[in-house]
Amino acid sequence: MPHVLVERLVKSYRIAERDPGLWGAVRGIVHRRNRTVEALSGVTFSLERGELLGLIGPNGAGKSTTIKILAGILRPDGGRVEVDGRHPFDDRERHVGRIGVVFGQRTQLWWDLPVGEGFDLLRDIYRVDPVRYRRTRDELVAMLQLERLLDQPVRQLSLGQRMRAEIAAALLHEPELLFLDEPTIGLDAPSKLAVRDFVKRANRERGATVLLTTHDMHDIEALAERVIIIGHGRVLADSPVDALRTQVLAQRRLVVDFDGTPPGTFDLPGTDLVERDGRTVVFGFDPATSSAPALIARLVANHAVADIHLEGLSIEEVISRFYAMHGAGEA
Amino acid sequence: MRPYVAAFTSRFLQMLQYRTAALAGFVTQCWWGGIKVMVLTAFYASGAPASMPLAHAITYTWIAQGLLALLPWAGDPEVALSVRTGSVAYDRLRPVDAYALWFARTTGWIAARVLPRVALMATFAVVLLPLAGLGAWAWQPPATLAAGAFAAVSAGLALLLSAAFVMLLNIATAALLNDRGINALATPLVIVLSGNLLPLALLPDTWQAVLLLQPFAGLLDIPVRLYFGEFTGWTALGALGLQAFWIAALAALGHAAMGGAMRRLDVQGG
Repeated sequence: MPHVLVERLVKSYRIAERDPGLWGAVRGIVHRRNRTVEALSGVTFSLERGELLGLIGPNGAGKSTTIKILAGILRPDGGRVEVDGRHPFDDRERHVGRIGVVFGQRTQLWWDLPVGEGFDLLRDIYRVDPVRYRRTRDELVAMLQLERLLDQPVRQLSLGQRMRAEIAAALLHEPELLFLDEPTIGLDAPSKLAVRDFVKRANRERGATVLLTTHDMHDIEALAERVIIIGHGRVLADSPVDALRTQVLAQRRLVVDFDGTPPGTFDLPGTDLVERDGRTVVFGFDPATSSAPALIARLVANHAVADIHLEGLSIEEVISRFYAMHGAGEA
Repeated sequence: MRPYVAAFTSRFLQMLQYRTAALAGFVTQCWWGGIKVMVLTAFYASGAPASMPLAHAITYTWIAQGLLALLPWAGDPEVALSVRTGSVAYDRLRPVDAYALWFARTTGWIAARVLPRVALMATFAVVLLPLAGLGAWAWQPPATLAAGAFAAVSAGLALLLSAAFVMLLNIATAALLNDRGINALATPLVIVLSGNLLPLALLPDTWQAVLLLQPFAGLLDIPVRLYFGEFTGWTALGALGLQAFWIAALAALGHAAMGGAMRRLDVQGG
């Protein structure tokens, strides 16, 4: 039986609307309008024990809503959700003791409490055995380098420090299933690496099942074995990361600033002209078939070039390519 | 019990740190207490009501001022904040009864604000006023030792009763996403019906039975009546029972309302 089972999940929100301006506000007093927004319209996927799944999609696609339903915070409007045979919302108390959740945009530690005291409070709230707790906490503190932060109030931590503390807080009760909702948002490069490294270890060494949402393709490349792309409240693609890598992520962009007006056509086999804007021309190519140094050498030999740089695809481009590739149509 | 005790203790210790707030509150309450005492004195000089001697009315006033922070006239600001920002999501992730967790936290929040203020007020009105030669305006000791003990238990129940009321405000805040309207409605109701504005015994005679039975009386009026020894023996136990009844009734109401509010809860933001 899969660890997590989601079938035809539906959730809609009611949004209060009003016309803009003073007149709209006055009208809003006597006449209320509501609009229903379908956040999820039939999401289906399942997750095996020990899997590490990445969930990506544009803002508002339904990633967070999916996690909130799986965590038992929100009640689904329709469809079936089972985690280890439990119904998250209806069996909330039993369910949440066995999962760990990190919302990158919120804090679960107490703002005015030192980190260590917050951990102790969580120990009591989750009724963790004190001996076990000490072992887990010491391990987490060492792995996430929190020794020097334990005495500091949460409000005085930097974002990177706080996120490491948040992740430790979510694991103190040794959950077997971990939901990470944008855990690397706003972090600098070293903090992102530390978080990724830790998530990987939690998955490999503790065997935790992990469901991760992100806007950073590097998170997915570094961590996930499988990725689901979600958009308009639907699953658009569900594929192994390797497939994603060979099909889409391999694409590179070569951005060239010419010294003077660029020519109308270029003799660059294996590239396509993606964009042209004044003196700047963007080429797309696949590094597996054309090598970047060779392309650059060819460009510099034949043209007067002011500047060159390479880019990977942004998550938006990856998603729109997936739309195209899987025939979802509306991108 | 362990999660709830931990939630209580942590909020209690956190709130105890706000010493300046306690001191400022105390000064304001002394000031208002002084004005109320002078008004009562003037009022009694023009003919004393039979229902309560002046010394009692003055002691009542000091107790009421000392226990001002006990009255449930606002929801826990932390709850309001967590609802507005959506951190309430994390409260839903704790493997405990959500109502009981908030209740414990709210009780800690109230207790930590009441204890320093009442201690300061007692020092001022019991000890310092007589030393300053204002013995007539002082906070008098309880009628008997037993009356004092009953009053202490009753004050403990008043804390739980207040927490049960604050929980209703918290839940309304969670449902409406805003605390201001709710708090504005609660304040006048609580101040009048608890006896804080005027001892309930000084309100019209025909209302007395209703005033005593309504839930707000248990916040202040019942503990103070026990303190004066107005109720003794079985009647005193009955008074405590009345408080316990309202605690249970409001907690049951709150528990049900919370279930409903959480069902409809949209977690705000991202």
